[in-house]
Amino acid sequence: MEKFNKLSGNAIPLRITNVDTDMIIPKQFLKTIKRTGLGEFLFFELKYDQDGNEISSFALNQDQYKGANILIASKNFGCGSSREHAPWSIADYGIKCIIAPSYADIFYNNCFKNGILPIILDEETVAKLQDTAENSLNFNIDLEKQCITFIENNEQKEISFDIDPAKKNSLLEGLDDIGLTLNKSNTITDFEGIQEKRTPWLYGSKLV
Amino acid sequence: MTDKKTIYDKIWESHVVSNNDDGTTILYIDRHLVHEVTSPQAFEGLRLAGRKVRRPEFTLATADHNVPTSDRDKGISDPDSKLQVETLERNAKENNITYLPMSDKRQGIVHIVGPEQGFTQPGMTIVCGDSHTSTHGAFGALAWGIGTSEVEHTLATQTLIQTKAKNMCIKITGSVIDGVTAKDIVLAIIRKIGTAGGTGFVIEYTGEAIRNLSMEGRMTVCNMSIEAGARAGLISPDKTTWDYIKGRPLAPKGKDFDEAVKYWESLATDEGAHYDEIVEIKAEEIIPQVTWGTSPEDVVSIDGIVPDPNKENNEEKKKSIERALDYMGLEPNTPVNEIKIDKVFIGSCTNGRIEDLRAVSKIAKGRKVAATVDAMIVPGSGLVKEQAEQEGLDKIFIDAGFDWRDPGCSMCLAMNADKLKPQERCASTSNRNFEGRQGRGGRTHLMSPQMAAAAAIKGKLTDFRDL
Repeated sequence: MEKFNKLSGNAIPLRITNVDTDMIIPKQFLKTIKRTGLGEFLFFELKYDQDGNEISSFALNQDQYKGANILIASKNFGCGSSREHAPWSIADYGIKCIIAPSYADIFYNNCFKNGILPIILDEETVAKLQDTAENSLNFNIDLEKQCITFIENNEQKEISFDIDPAKKNSLLEGLDDIGLTLNKSNTITDFEGIQEKRTPWLYGSKLV
Repeated sequence: MTDKKTIYDKIWESHVVSNNDDGTTILYIDRHLVHEVTSPQAFEGLRLAGRKVRRPEFTLATADHNVPTSDRDKGISDPDSKLQVETLERNAKENNITYLPMSDKRQGIVHIVGPEQGFTQPGMTIVCGDSHTSTHGAFGALAWGIGTSEVEHTLATQTLIQTKAKNMCIKITGSVIDGVTAKDIVLAIIRKIGTAGGTGFVIEYTGEAIRNLSMEGRMTVCNMSIEAGARAGLISPDKTTWDYIKGRPLAPKGKDFDEAVKYWESLATDEGAHYDEIVEIKAEEIIPQVTWGTSPEDVVSIDGIVPDPNKENNEEKKKSIERALDYMGLEPNTPVNEIKIDKVFIGSCTNGRIEDLRAVSKIAKGRKVAATVDAMIVPGSGLVKEQAEQEGLDKIFIDAGFDWRDPGCSMCLAMNADKLKPQERCASTSNRNFEGRQGRGGRTHLMSPQMAAAAAIKGKLTDFRDL
């Protein structure tokens, strides 16, 4: 996975609560067997009307947000399905950081597997940042230092954020979780030996 | 600290392979269910890295999201769906994983197949690349949905790197009144705690009303834990649980079964164990529930009215009600039982089991689906279908004008041909009423199988107890 350390760019405000995974990437795009190429379908049904015309009021269709790589969302972002197509489509679109007051658990976890930094800030701060984003300001995100900086009205602003150290490290290092776990193969084998003694019925049966 | 533990604590502790310095835990995964939508990229990842599936015998695959529910002899017509299903079949074969194809009567929705086959047992850790994996918690298993990266991690290592969640207890005290189902209980729970209420928690459902549920009812409740924000929900196992498991193809046999029961008995939450949060709901206050909006927390009782955004003080809440009303094409203050519907969907991993179909048949018998309504019944698996047909339920459904289909996820998420047209309104026994969930522009009202059947007959949402 690509390492994440610093990010600089514009942000898209998305003021909808409980944005679910069906909104992020509708199911007609889940039939792929690849991880890539989903960016163009991100928020498809919010971007286009039923006749395929762009909905101009939707932020992703507005020129000022083209090329933005940060999404400033509302409460409970990413609820619903466990489909990793949601973070895949976000990353493929070019968004590498999300800022929201809260996320659904599975989505939050999936972000880290795909090099996306999901920042949690209180609701009031997020609402202010959404306003700020409308002025096309450049945001700087520094994961190492755990802070967001931007210049507003000639004033340097800094907002710090909390993040679980293990998750932070996995993004900073771009870690291959599977490779790391496989290094502990012997420990897993030992566990299986103990478990097989304790609950032998878990071992041996296979459906044919 | 106390030595009293919840069932979640116990299952967690018995699956710790190692605790990492960074506070995460490598947790052993006993069983892994695999379906066509969230697995192809995981198998591809393994292939590219030259890795193998560690425990193919702990893994079970079937196609459910994309499969057609009619004209199966013609195969899958959509080329993308077909490729996805074929890819799963190939991946399963190459990796020596048992795969139940469409032609196998055991094929069905993963969360129905697992319990049916005895693949799901108490005390296990079970994962699947599908958020409704929480269903298996009904057996006192720790079961949760994962993304594709974690599917790959599980395939390669039979473990996952996890952080322990907090314990929440949802206690349903007393007994439900007649006609109130597991679906009504879980909708009432989500109505109370909201779709983010369980975020960061594993929910344990307790109380007399939960104890009194059959295994199938318990599965309905645990299934929608994810709609309450919790990755997993579970119920301490008891005699109802062992009675259900006994004799199933993968259930422990003979002496092993007795040993297993002894172990399973030890899993129940200890008296006095600590919960980080406790929610209590009185069962007798629940009447049949339906959703009016586009979030599973948008729940009202069937005798209620559609909410009025002008009565809402919270600006954000107000906006969200307005958005939902606009999408749903509903006026504030409309009595819910006046909402007319066009379609009915009975099925899904929430309510596609035999008891659900039996309940529907009682409503359908001797009645007719309204002329204005298209109603379909999709059994959760081939075995559910077979059982229903042995009991003659299919005839009751067909006589009443219901469309009787082949098993799969179908219109719960509309990845196959079964979907709503824009603005069509559906009474559905599934689990999500998100915008576009059952087809772009489609309007979903969630409810119990009995309520969906009654809606089919009346052509509008109605209290089935008044039929």
